[in-house]
Amino acid sequence: MLTVPVETQILFAGILFFLGLTGLLVRRNLVFMLMSIEIMFNSAGLVFIIAAKHWNQPDGQVMFIFILAVTAVEVAIGLALILQVYHHFKTLDVDAINKLKDDN
Amino acid sequence: METILALIPALPLFSFLILVIFGGKLSRKSASWIGAGSVGIAALLTVVIGINLIHSLPGIKSYSVVLWQWIHAGNLSANIAFSFDSLSLVFCFVITFVGLLIHIYSIGFMAKDEGFTRFFAYMNLFVSSMLILVLADNILLMYLGWEGVGLCSYLLIGFWYKEPVNGTAARKAFIITRIGDTAMIIGIFILFVSFGTFNIQDLMHLASAKWAVGSSLAVITAALLLGGALGKSAQLPLQTWLPDAMAGPSPVSALIHAATMVTAGVYLIARTNVLFSLAPIVQTIIAIIGALTLLIAGFSALAQHDLKRILAYSTISQIGYMFLALGVGAYSGAIFHFMIHAFFKALLFLAAGVVIQVLNEEHDIFKMGGLRKRMPVVFLTFLIGSASLSALPLVTAGFYSKDAILWFAFSSNSGGMILWLAGIVGAFLTALYSFRMIFITFYGEVKTEPAFNAGKLMTIPLIILAVLSVIGGFIELPGSMGNVHLFSGLVNNTLPELVLKNVEHLEWIFQLVSSGIALSGIYLAYLFYYKKPEFIETFNHSRLNHFFEKGFEFDNLYNVVFVKPVVWFAEIDKKDIFDQLNISIANLSLLGNRFLSVAQNGKLRWYLLSFAIGIALILTLMINR
Amino acid sequence: MILVYLIVILLAGAFLAWISGNLGHLWPRIISIVTLSVDLFLIVLSLVHIVPFSDKWLIDIQYDWIPQFGIGFHFALDGLSLLMLLLTFFLGIISVLISWKEINSKVGFFHFNLLLILAGIVGVFLSLDLFLFYFFWELMLVPMYFLIGIWGHENRTKASYKFFLYTQASGLLMFISILALYFVHGKSTGMYTFDYNQLLGTQMSASTAVLIMSGFLAAFLVKLPVVPLHNWLPDAHSEAPTAGSLILAALLLKTGAYGLLRFIVPLFPTASVSFAPIGMTLGVIGILYGAKLAFAQTDLKRLIAYTSVSHMGFVILGVFSFNELAYQGVVMQMIAHGISTGALFIMAGQLSERIHTRDITLMGGLWEKAPFMGAIGLIFSMASLGLPGLGNFIAELLILIGAFEANILLACLACLGLIAATLYSLRILQKVFYGKKNTEWKMNDLSIREKIISLSLVVIIIGIGHLPQPVLDIAKPALLKTLEYHNENTYHKNEVVKSKPDFKSNIFFY
Repeated sequence: MLTVPVETQILFAGILFFLGLTGLLVRRNLVFMLMSIEIMFNSAGLVFIIAAKHWNQPDGQVMFIFILAVTAVEVAIGLALILQVYHHFKTLDVDAINKLKDDN
Repeated sequence: METILALIPALPLFSFLILVIFGGKLSRKSASWIGAGSVGIAALLTVVIGINLIHSLPGIKSYSVVLWQWIHAGNLSANIAFSFDSLSLVFCFVITFVGLLIHIYSIGFMAKDEGFTRFFAYMNLFVSSMLILVLADNILLMYLGWEGVGLCSYLLIGFWYKEPVNGTAARKAFIITRIGDTAMIIGIFILFVSFGTFNIQDLMHLASAKWAVGSSLAVITAALLLGGALGKSAQLPLQTWLPDAMAGPSPVSALIHAATMVTAGVYLIARTNVLFSLAPIVQTIIAIIGALTLLIAGFSALAQHDLKRILAYSTISQIGYMFLALGVGAYSGAIFHFMIHAFFKALLFLAAGVVIQVLNEEHDIFKMGGLRKRMPVVFLTFLIGSASLSALPLVTAGFYSKDAILWFAFSSNSGGMILWLAGIVGAFLTALYSFRMIFITFYGEVKTEPAFNAGKLMTIPLIILAVLSVIGGFIELPGSMGNVHLFSGLVNNTLPELVLKNVEHLEWIFQLVSSGIALSGIYLAYLFYYKKPEFIETFNHSRLNHFFEKGFEFDNLYNVVFVKPVVWFAEIDKKDIFDQLNISIANLSLLGNRFLSVAQNGKLRWYLLSFAIGIALILTLMINR
Repeated sequence: MILVYLIVILLAGAFLAWISGNLGHLWPRIISIVTLSVDLFLIVLSLVHIVPFSDKWLIDIQYDWIPQFGIGFHFALDGLSLLMLLLTFFLGIISVLISWKEINSKVGFFHFNLLLILAGIVGVFLSLDLFLFYFFWELMLVPMYFLIGIWGHENRTKASYKFFLYTQASGLLMFISILALYFVHGKSTGMYTFDYNQLLGTQMSASTAVLIMSGFLAAFLVKLPVVPLHNWLPDAHSEAPTAGSLILAALLLKTGAYGLLRFIVPLFPTASVSFAPIGMTLGVIGILYGAKLAFAQTDLKRLIAYTSVSHMGFVILGVFSFNELAYQGVVMQMIAHGISTGALFIMAGQLSERIHTRDITLMGGLWEKAPFMGAIGLIFSMASLGLPGLGNFIAELLILIGAFEANILLACLACLGLIAATLYSLRILQKVFYGKKNTEWKMNDLSIREKIISLSLVVIIIGIGHLPQPVLDIAKPALLKTLEYHNENTYHKNEVVKSKPDFKSNIFFY
């Protein structure tokens, strides 16, 4: 079996996180932003798994399941919000939703 | 006696109040009775108290009465109190008696004016203030009268308020006299702070005791009081308001700007003469100012077209004579000329008023002419007045009073040849311009027809004043002509006697010269303005004539030096630079808002980016720790 | 207890007025007048307490409020406060009368605010506990803000903001000073208290005293107002409704002057002496600059507002002259200015009620249509320029002589203000009442109600011009007490006491 050093594993998770972050910052479509957030969540979960393996504790795995649950809820609500946004603004372009702009 | 004294200024004041409060409901007849009547009773009371005083002299020199305590704070105390001595007697007599005649005249003059009651109210307030001025026993109360007459002058010059020009003239008068008043109040402050009292007699005693002759405090105080006198009496350099003040009705010009208010300065200097004798420099300055003013005004009068403006400049000139007399120490001479001048100048103004009114408000003498035949009474009285003004020898009162001043200008200890020369040139000019006025207005062909005849109410005061202008002089005859000194004897109970140089034997020469000058002036006027006007045709259109007409361009000078800069300065900072500072602070924060609100653009991705950068920074910092 | 009743009656009246606003426009007005008349009556009653030449407080009540912090409920009345309270209630009644026809919306709330402001003013004049003083100082502020902001003219929002910000900021500075004084006193004597009598004579180093005094000065100089902190005044005065302008000019400004006399001079004797040259100079600048600005305005109320700046310059000139004559003059000026400028604002309000403009270039020749108003305008313009026979002359005379004894140069410069006053007063008369009619207005002369208001003011101003003695006598003990604190602490041990002003060495301040 290959032993990958912990640093590499965490680096891998980190890269995954930044990929998600980049996707979040760059994409303009709300659905894709949601997907990027998903990736970020999952990378966080990956860190927990890595830690669990490293310290030989099951707590990390438990956290991952917890994160999965939260993610599921969050996606559900997020998609509901996106539906409302689409209803109201007729577009999913996040730059169009700037009603909180300071108009002086 | 005390009650009579208190009533003299109080009666016109009461009638002012009655006319103001009930004015709308009073008929013209009752208003005139109240208005003129109060002054008449005041005149009567003055005569009564005057006779009493004359009989009590030289034992009792003055009467006094205290009405109530005005202010008392700390060491400052001033009462409403009057004191009556021979100087006050002369002034009160002139104010009330000439005032009465002018009031009677006004009943006729203002008969068709809608502001009839308002006119008499203001006139009564004026008479009351002037009486307070001359009767006050402390200098603060005198200042109250002083400002009061200034107020009434303003109200009466601008009486016909619908014309903006009148308002401007009124404001000019008030502001220029206020400049003088401010100098005077600073002088009063110095007196109070040095001596702790406002009472004039006490001040004079303390000043002569504590201040050395020629000490700087005395000079400064005297100069400041002189400033006040110059403003009210329209002498150099504050003389520019008087010609414009002719915008007021003629009775106003007669009462205020001939007989009384403008002589307040003379009264002030006479009353505080001790102070001026402590500051000989200032006294010399008074004489010099008097001499200069009488010359400048004399030349200016020569070039005027407006009948009343000639008389206005003439007034400035004659008061210059009074100042000249005060400057050389001839106090009784100055006061005598004041009284005689009041008679003939009031006469001239009232007569001019009649002329202007019957010619439908025509002021230009070149549009008049030949009125001698149309208005004989007015012409005769006007002639007598002008003769008195020109000091026609022996028969007019003006001769005795002006001649006395000319003689004193030379023979007094502080007098001299130069002052006399100035006076004699002025006398020549006076004769010249007065008879210019007569010849152009009353002789020649009629250019404007009189619209109606003046009523008795207007002509009878003229006649009375004309009589006075003739016989008034006989109470003070010079040494070479009878040596009657009734007037100076009376006044010298209060004022210092004049010290003459040892030149009494030369007096008759001077009298001869001045008579000759007066007659030659009249003859030249006859020549230039009646017989052969071509002689001076070129002069009439010359630049010099224009310069004279503009009163030596003083108006222009003050306009450029004072008026324009002040108005410019006021306008330029209209929005108040401190306020602008304020507004700029407010604008700065608004600018900051606009600058910073760029970050509030509502874009989600922008916010996320800032999150990301922030986290990165914090992590970096944490790691670097 | 009478002092507490004064304020309680005002507060009760205020609430009643607000509630009765629902019953119609008449009730709040009547309730306000009744409230103020009762208070005026009470204050006149307390005139009997006056003992001449006594330096004790006329009425003095003190209760504990928050003893843990040294805050008490201390009211006291002396001659100075008595005069100010008389002025307050009298002008309060006048302000209700003047807004009879002018205010037609939210009448109940208007009178509520009006009475609250008056309550604040009364509290300011009576409080001797610094915390309580600050409480009432701020109480004056908010209702006035509403008064200007709701019932004012076109630019009212900006004006009310400016007024609020200036006064609030300076008030906060004063609060910091109050706290500082509290702590300094507590540190040095161990007793932490806000009470005025205890705080007198606090030992402080010179620099501390100057710093603490500056905080108080900030508040009072803004209120007075003194150039360059005067900017709130023209806007607030011109945009406020007539009653608001009247209360602002006649009463609020006097709280600043009162503060100077009551707090600055006794609490900081040495520091105030070191500030005196600056103070007097600011006074002279205020007189001349205010007059210059007044002369240039075309908005009538703004013009009159700047004349207030000019007249209040005399006050600060007098306060920092430190002699009895000047102080008597200051008290006189507070009363005379209140009446005369108040009357001018009333006249401006009456005019704008009729012709709906304040622009004097549109007026002219109005004497013909309204001679009574013209006569009133004439009398009060003459008062403004200091004509003898009216109250302002006595005030300015006393202040100028007092200042003359302290600093000759500044007093002479201040005399120039007399000429400047002539310029703007005559401008008012000429532009409004005399001259050609610029516009043909249809307007009535004054009604009976307005005549009563104007005539009562005329009677008072002529009265104190001819018979100022009662006012001077009432104020005298209080002012002498203030001067006592000054004299005890400033004629230093190592300097020779000058008894009479010495002209040669006195051109500049001693």
